Amino acid sequence: MIANLSTYESVQPDNVKVWFKAGPASKFPKNGGACIKYKDKQIAIFNFTRQATWYACQNLCPHKMEMVLSRGMIGEEDMQPKVACPLHKNTFSLKTGKNLNGSLDAIATYPVKVEGEFVFVGFSE
Amino acid sequence: MFYTYLYVILLSSLKSKLMKTIIVVGNGMVGYKFCEKIAAREESENFKIIVFGEEPRAAYDRVHLSEFFGNRDAKALELAPMSWYTENKIELIVNERVTDIHRKTKTVTTGSDKEYTYDYLVLATGSSPFVPAINGVEKEGVFVYRTIEDLEAMLNYAEKIKAKKSNGRAAILGGGLLGLEAGKAVMDMGLEPHVVEYAPKLMPRQLDSRSSNVLQLTLENMGINIHSGKATNRILGNGAITGMDFGEDDTLEVDMLVISAGIRPRDELGKTCNLEMGIRGGIVVNDRMQTSDPNIFAIGEVALYNQMIYGLVAPGYEMAEVAVNQIIESFEIVMRPEIDMSTKLKLIGVDVASFGIPYMPADKGLSIIYENKTKGLYKRINVSHDGKTLLGGIMVGDAEDYSILHQMYLNNIPLPDNAEELIVGARGEGGSAFGSAMDLPDTAVICSCEAVTKGAVCCSVIDDGNETVKEVAKATKATTGCGGCKPMVADLVKESLKSLGKTVKESICEHFDYSRQELFDIVKLKNIHDYDQLLDEVGKGHGCEVCKPLAASIFASIYNETANRQETIQDSNDRYLANIQRNGTYSVVPRVAGGEISPKQLMAMGRIAKKYDLYTKITGGQRIDMFGAKLHELPLIWEELIAEGFETGQAYGKSLRTVKSCVGSTWCRYGMDESVSFAIEIENRYKGIRSPHKFKGGVSGCIRECAEARGKDFGFIAVEGGWNVYVGGNGGATPRHAELLAEKVDKETAIKYVDRFMMFYIKTAPPLTRTAAWLDKLEGGITYLKNVVINDSLGIVDELDTDMQNFVDTYKCEWKEAVETPEIRERYTHFINSDETDDNIEFVSLREQKMPKEWA
Repeated sequence: MIANLSTYESVQPDNVKVWFKAGPASKFPKNGGACIKYKDKQIAIFNFTRQATWYACQNLCPHKMEMVLSRGMIGEEDMQPKVACPLHKNTFSLKTGKNLNGSLDAIATYPVKVEGEFVFVGFSE
Repeated sequence: MFYTYLYVILLSSLKSKLMKTIIVVGNGMVGYKFCEKIAAREESENFKIIVFGEEPRAAYDRVHLSEFFGNRDAKALELAPMSWYTENKIELIVNERVTDIHRKTKTVTTGSDKEYTYDYLVLATGSSPFVPAINGVEKEGVFVYRTIEDLEAMLNYAEKIKAKKSNGRAAILGGGLLGLEAGKAVMDMGLEPHVVEYAPKLMPRQLDSRSSNVLQLTLENMGINIHSGKATNRILGNGAITGMDFGEDDTLEVDMLVISAGIRPRDELGKTCNLEMGIRGGIVVNDRMQTSDPNIFAIGEVALYNQMIYGLVAPGYEMAEVAVNQIIESFEIVMRPEIDMSTKLKLIGVDVASFGIPYMPADKGLSIIYENKTKGLYKRINVSHDGKTLLGGIMVGDAEDYSILHQMYLNNIPLPDNAEELIVGARGEGGSAFGSAMDLPDTAVICSCEAVTKGAVCCSVIDDGNETVKEVAKATKATTGCGGCKPMVADLVKESLKSLGKTVKESICEHFDYSRQELFDIVKLKNIHDYDQLLDEVGKGHGCEVCKPLAASIFASIYNETANRQETIQDSNDRYLANIQRNGTYSVVPRVAGGEISPKQLMAMGRIAKKYDLYTKITGGQRIDMFGAKLHELPLIWEELIAEGFETGQAYGKSLRTVKSCVGSTWCRYGMDESVSFAIEIENRYKGIRSPHKFKGGVSGCIRECAEARGKDFGFIAVEGGWNVYVGGNGGATPRHAELLAEKVDKETAIKYVDRFMMFYIKTAPPLTRTAAWLDKLEGGITYLKNVVINDSLGIVDELDTDMQNFVDTYKCEWKEAVETPEIRERYTHFINSDETDDNIEFVSLREQKMPKEWA
């Protein structure tokens, strides 16, 4: 199946209909990301251990349409959390989804919460 | 309540009545620039803007069109994505052509018969390629060079030719700028290029005949055939092109023809609605960019200003700026009476520039000419009779001084007494004849694409506190057009900072205010082992993709730790100990030291590659690369490779790749010494060492140099009486031969010198700098290096020797570590909540193997 950008649309915290249990927090690398599957979507979840925050976005890089963002390096730029695609180092804000070092389309972002030992991602459907 | 409601309705309808509509016809570079400039103005709220483009995509960069051949990436040429238009409330209608203008009703109609009303109409329809009326020009295989679609059609046709024969030929009609670019493009497609020019010389508009000759020689050396002074009478072939006929039995056999014989303005719309036209085409405009109808503007290559069509980007952008200002009623901004047609470009890797009056009659002034055909150099400056003013010039082969000469010309800066020094360099000490860019007046335009002055660049540093070229570019837009002014802007930034008492710091990124070497020393001195600790103690914030891999490289260089321990600070490839490829799968390269491999090992590798359905290829470094492994397969593949006695080849790391060897004296009848044994020994010695960039070695058994050791970071060549040691070479984008470090030394000494060289490099080089670039910047160069590693001028060789021995003693295979440690193995899954694999990966077949499906 070839991925389709339109599968991914940002979800705002107030629009969450489903909190999907993605897995135990211990399964996610410290200061790094991992990928989960929800229905037909691939979602990258990032554990910003230093800041004790989590972010999630589409795993699909809009540049060459490959499912790789979860394997990218995370960091921050001007206080914005970001991920760098492992293929061509395009960086995206994990808050707004905006491409920070170019003019690619923005990526979709999703709310994340941790309850007890588990990580949940919010979807609108 | 009801009245308020009514009031709101009335107000909004009143507002929309007051809104004026601008229709822009054409979405090329100039049309886009118009949109960009008006969107940046506050007044744009008062306008509704509709843009028509007949191509299927948003505006793209035609200046760099030939790059499409290299990367086939239409997106990279994009000026702004479709979403930019929506964000700026501009309605972009692509794939739609405006067919008629009705000036009385102020409406336009489109190809699909829709009607739109305008208050202002901006024509930016650009130009189309001029196709001369040659008999047979309609034949299959004849193309024009203008749009991405043209390029795609050419690429497809070239593939067809190559499928039929191996020595296909393509001709380009026209030896101007674009024609020569097209010549390079067809060469890159694998066809033999022939450029046919009607005039007796190449680039007849920009160059004099001598510089044109120099250019022709250089291009012929690159494999581009030039036929000048040829008028094409007929295109030969039955259906498809097979050749060109120049008359008098003079013909050229070709399989494809690209026409690049100049441009014609696309002025049909102007003609049909009776705007004033030029005799040879083009819509006449005044200095406000208005046509004979004051509500209709024309900009770019369709506009005839001063009875000229300007085929360059910079004047087009200036016209867009003027039109924007006229429409928002800043009437004082008009077009300058004289337009500077100076250009500098890199044509197929050759610098070509001309400015002012490039060539002129002797009664106007005198010329100083320097020509060196052995180096493909030509420089000419034209000077007024009194020797005080620069009137123009030409440069071929080296245009480094173009920016400053161009500025001297534009600003009428008095020439020095020995004007020849401007092109041949000053004799004796001191080098350059001109002062620095800081000597220019503040009004000097540095970036002509975006019209940014020297004053604006300096102010942006001194008053607004921008400290890097990147920040200045963001604030002023300088360098964001063609990029030619980058060196000058960099100089201005540096000098402006100096005037503030600041120096340009080579800091790594916003998180660490140190250079790599400084950070290296800090890590060692403070005995820091963790990235988080490093950030807390000497950095700020939370790190990024620049400082993380750099810290990882330092930890590896000091503690020889593998990439497995702090995996999330490693670069993409190091994190998974494999090279990520186009579709997100990985390639696997086991070490084959010195390129020596037994039949048994070959069969084992073949068996494993077959089992996991991997594409296999011999690498440039004498080993075997296996492509197409999915993330979860990596540990399984490595488990089997390790069982067969292989270890990681670290093709993914900034570390030793391979030591290439020739056959050597064991088999070769010319061999002076055993190059293979030496290569294996040295590869095993340096394997696993991480460094600022990748590094490679070579060992040749005699001076025939079959191992190409001088093209490597370090190399040994056997000679009568010992080994010659070379360092600091590389292939790649900037090829460089290694320099001789020591002559006729025994093997032990040779190894010792290279040990020290490598260690010194690892400790002091900036990030991602190969040994060649590092050696170039090292003050004192190879002589200094010899003093350090041979004569111990810094008193550090003992330390270097110990550190290297420590590397050698603590090596371990990181893939063995990975497959034997369950926590590390767990990292290799695509989903952490499912055992499924990535269903986005698709392969297609290729010569009995497989390859990733093409990017959409």
